[in-house]
Parts: sequence; C-alpha cells; structure tokens
Amino acid sequence: MLDLLDLDLKKHNDLELRCIGARHGLLRRITMPDLNRPGLALSGFFENFGVQRIQIFGRGEQAFLEKLAVEENTATIKEFFRQDIPCCVFTHGLTPTEEFIRLADEADVPVLQTTLDTSEFVMRVIRALANVFAARQTIHGTLIEVFGIGILILGDSGVGKSEAALELIERGHRLVADDAVEIRRIAGNILLGQGVNPALGHHMEIRGLGIINITHLFGVGSIREKKQIQLICQLEVWDSKKAYDRIGAEERTWDILEVATPYLEIPVKPGRNIPIIIETAAMNERLKKMGYYSAREFNQTVMRWLDSENARKAYLQKKGIT
Amino acid sequence: MIEREVVVRNRAGIHARPAALIVQTASQFSSHIEFKNSHDTINAKSIMGIITLGAGYNSTITISAEGEDAAEAVDRLAQLFDNRFEEE
Repeated sequence: MLDLLDLDLKKHNDLELRCIGARHGLLRRITMPDLNRPGLALSGFFENFGVQRIQIFGRGEQAFLEKLAVEENTATIKEFFRQDIPCCVFTHGLTPTEEFIRLADEADVPVLQTTLDTSEFVMRVIRALANVFAARQTIHGTLIEVFGIGILILGDSGVGKSEAALELIERGHRLVADDAVEIRRIAGNILLGQGVNPALGHHMEIRGLGIINITHLFGVGSIREKKQIQLICQLEVWDSKKAYDRIGAEERTWDILEVATPYLEIPVKPGRNIPIIIETAAMNERLKKMGYYSAREFNQTVMRWLDSENARKAYLQKKGIT
Repeated sequence: MIEREVVVRNRAGIHARPAALIVQTASQFSSHIEFKNSHDTINAKSIMGIITLGAGYNSTITISAEGEDAAEAVDRLAQLFDNRFEEE
C-alpha cells in the first residue's frame, strides 16, 4: 500500500510527496523496493519494462511528455497506463500535462509530485523502501538497553525475563519491548528491535502484579522506542549436567535473520542475581567493542606469568640454588 | 506439530481478560504453543505477546503446538475461542 505518504520520516529523509492525481489509486500496493525511469517505455519500447516499480519522471521524461503533448500523441502513454504500475512520481516539483493526469485518472494510477531533485529523491526513497521491505521477525523475549548496549533477553516462559528486566529498569536502564519484540534487519547487518505494537506503549507483565505501565511507574527516561540488538542473553534454568562457559574466551554467536549476534547463555537458579550479571555482560561487551577482551587478556597475563616463572626456575636451577 | 485455525468470536476481541485466560490455559501444557496471524508469531504463554497481537472481532488466528501434549493443548485453546471466552 502507499503508506509511503504516511511514512514518518525526519527532515533529511522526508520524501516531500504530494498527490496530484488519481487519489483513489493510492490503495495500490508497492510490491518491490525498486525504481524505474520510464524513458524507454514512453518512447514505445515495452520489452523488459519494470512494471511493478515506482516510475520516476525527471526533467528528461517531462520534456518528452511535453513533446508528445504538442504532437498530440497519446498512444504510448495509454499503453504505459495499461501496465500495472504502482505509481508515478514527478521530481523537481514538475507538473505533468493535463492529458497525462486524465489518463492516469482513468487507469487509477496515482500521480505524485515531489519538490526534491531526482537523485536526492531516488536516494531517499530507496532508503525508505529498504526499511519498509526489510526482513522482519517477531521474537518472544525482552529487549532492554543496558549501558547503551541493546540486550535481547531470551528464555522460556516463567524463567524470569520480565523480572530481570524490571530490576534493570529500576537500576536506571531502559526498556524497549517486553514479551514480543519485532526485529528488522536494516542496512544489511543491523538488527533493530522494537515493540510489536507501538500504540500499546511500554507495559510489562509481572507474575503476581499483573500488567504494569513502565512509562508511568519509572518515567519516560526508562523507556526507548527502538534499539539495535547487540547482545543476546539466553536465560535458562540451571542444568547441573550441562557445561556452561566458565572462561568466556571464545565468542559464541546466535543468528537472527542471518545476522550473527554475540550470545551468552546464563543459567538461572535461586541466589543468582541475574540483573547484575546482565549489567556486567553489557559492560564487558563495551570493553570488547573497545578492543579489550577480559578473558583473553587474563589468559595472556597467566601465560606471561607462567613464562617468567619458568625462566626464574631455570635461572635458579642454573645457579644451583634449588 | 499440530495446527488449527480459529476465529475470534467475541465482540471485544482479545483484550486483557481473554488473553489471561489463554495464557493460563496454555501454561498448563508443556508443549511449545504459538499463535500466528498474518504478520506476527507470538508465544501463547506470554500475556503481553497475545495482547499486542491485536486480534479483533472476526480475525483469524492459527494456533500451533509442538510437544507431547500438543493435541490436547490445541483442543483446549480452540475451545476457549469457540466459547467466546465466556463473553458476548
């Protein structure tokens, strides 16, 4: 659908679109995030014509349309509108000929106009379409921003995701979404998470309390609309037979929408304070981003120490002291 | 995996009370249960998930369950929908 007009884009992304003809055609669907310059089609060549794409009319196409109008030649335009086109966009604030709008009206193909120049509009619309058409997935989990790191908490129902998140919020971190997180892959490898239904706001369900409103209870400082997912924490009930990572020198990842994301498995049992563990994991993740790997550095220190210890022993032996 | 399509038959749609009923029922089973509509898939044991699904009057939902007691779980959940969650 042409939700494109409604897209809430900030100033530098604004498409500055205005509908100037065939308004009811706005219900048409855009099925692919591609654009087409219809120059060849207008001159009568329809082979391999990108039908389902948004048709962009720049100064060149406009000049050609005006030439056709002078010649009173509407055959190719009629043929053009016989195709199943989602919409036509005129850049540079150009206004198409009356004949063109009349034919568009007949074919129910909406005609839009933007004040942007062609290359700028193309850049912006491709960015916007890429976001709309981005791969998406809904995941059962809680997304929270801890020390600037977007952490997705996963785990079975009742393992304590929401409770852990609640304590993190209490400690000044920010909730993005609880229970159902919609994840979109943008710009190739960035996973952006947000609540499934932004209209419902930031609520959580805590067993024993019911549904609570985080914004009202903890203030607007405790929520965030969306956040990139940078770390996944899988909470699971402590399994005494399972070997958990004790060193953390090797990095494990988990694929969401084919993007490998750092992944931690955190066993839960009474007496383990999960929020503090998650907080520490977030800080550790930040250290890693700065190039400092606690576990690896520690291991290197141990190895250096062993080396020097060996050297000392060898030296002492040589001197015959031991 | 067992799947069944159900239709929301109560006027108000799935608001907090029906959602709680669904979650309570789903939680009695060990199977992994999911609700799907045209664009989202959510865990049936999560109350916020079910509410955010935004299932209104006459919308269709697919219940799918996987596990030992899947068949019974789907039956019991479908029954809730058929009984209109004991509402109008």
